[in-house]
Amino acid sequence: MLPYSKKVIQHFTDPKNFGKIKNASGIGHVGNPHCGDMMDIYIKVEKVGDKEIIKDVKFETLGCAAAIATSDMVCDLVKGKTLEKALEVGYQDIVNELGELPAVKIHCSVLAHHGLKAAVEDYRKKS
Amino acid sequence: MPKVYLDYAATTPIDPKVLRAMMPYLKKDFGNPSSIHAFGQKAMSAVDSARQITANFLGCGPAEIIFTGSATEADNLAIFGSVKKGDHVIISNIEHHAILETCQALEKRGVEVTYLPAGKDGLVAVSDLDKAIKSNTALVSIMYANNEIGTVQPIQEMGKLLQDHKILFHTDAVQAANFLDCDVEKLGVSLLTLSSHKIYGPKGVGVLYIKNGVKISPMIYGGGQEQSIRSGTENVAGIVGFGEAIKQIQDPKIKIHNIKIRQFRDKLIKMILKLIPDSRLNGSQTNRLPNNVNISFKGAEGEAVVIALDQKGIACSTGSACSSKSLEPSHVLLALGLSHEEAHGSLRITLGRNTTEQEINRLLNVLPPIVERLRKISGYNK
Repeated sequence: MLPYSKKVIQHFTDPKNFGKIKNASGIGHVGNPHCGDMMDIYIKVEKVGDKEIIKDVKFETLGCAAAIATSDMVCDLVKGKTLEKALEVGYQDIVNELGELPAVKIHCSVLAHHGLKAAVEDYRKKS
Repeated sequence: MPKVYLDYAATTPIDPKVLRAMMPYLKKDFGNPSSIHAFGQKAMSAVDSARQITANFLGCGPAEIIFTGSATEADNLAIFGSVKKGDHVIISNIEHHAILETCQALEKRGVEVTYLPAGKDGLVAVSDLDKAIKSNTALVSIMYANNEIGTVQPIQEMGKLLQDHKILFHTDAVQAANFLDCDVEKLGVSLLTLSSHKIYGPKGVGVLYIKNGVKISPMIYGGGQEQSIRSGTENVAGIVGFGEAIKQIQDPKIKIHNIKIRQFRDKLIKMILKLIPDSRLNGSQTNRLPNNVNISFKGAEGEAVVIALDQKGIACSTGSACSSKSLEPSHVLLALGLSHEEAHGSLRITLGRNTTEQEINRLLNVLPPIVERLRKISGYNK
């Protein structure tokens, strides 16, 4: 069995952020069926003054335990942040917050980071 | 709650009788079989006795049995030892990596390899084998039973087809040995591989049966053990354990228990397909090992299912790439025509000697909610 940290297992077992957001401001679809991980990140953006803040963020992920945990974690990390601050959250931050990830699973955290980026890009295209 | 082991195709626990038989050779009877003194002769006679038991099981002579360090080594020996540049080799596209990777290495050395397709049901057609034979075909290697999906190939019919040709016929019988007749005459094979740790023996012992008269070049040179085909001091305790394990799998009580295993398997297949919508059985339901269940779920990834089951104390396995180092899912499931997504969503449950009905029921209780939960997370709604 892969050596998953307690925190990875916790976010895999009891993710708080899964689901769709109706009328999402932006959606990022990433991953491909070849690697086995498909991730959708939904964001709800609200303008407060001149700032754009991620009011809500959710995910839907078909993937391994690490893919689910990193999806949940990226949502935790960017919720309430401005878009600029949210985009500064890199894959390494996701890994650090989860404690650790097996080397072969680092790509899951990269996917989560890309998922958020894609959602922000989608939002900017629409707005 | 006690843990439930349902991964017998990965490895099996040592039979207590096997362990008991091995113990003296790890303690007082530690001699080297190559030594001519009493210590050595005691060890040699133990190895010979295990060789005779194995020969009886396969219906061959003891001189046709070569002990190796693993079944992978035996597979490598069968192929590397018999094929040279310019030869043609035929295998199936669902062989174990021990065969597949070996043949891929041979391709780089100027050997031509034909990969026979296993159909949707995971079975290789004898007619396809017939069509693939060429004038320079030196070796055919088709596994007896598949490690992932448990499908049983028509080895005997293939053997019949090949008997009129001057072609070596190898079968990897590692998964088959627990349940199927491995008589080499009946099968019509000239080479056959067995593994100890899949039949309740210790790890670190494999066997290659080499038919009398077949020339196999060694891969390991040294002190000339195993008729100079596989040098290296014999793993005496391991070989003794293997011999005892071979004895045990022929025990009528074990054979009767195998009927129960088959009933458990049928119950599992029937109930999982009934309880979990959008699930499918991979591989033929009829030409299948009595202990193998391999099911794909849409909308749930295999590794995630395995981890979730592990949290509930149940050990299973998956053909999902997410459990391995490569990102490609199981070549076996892809060969069956499954989409990448379906291949990633596979679960392998393999039953064994200690499997009980309670364990089966526990799995049936735990599995449907796990798949349902993962489908919620993946947004799979059908």
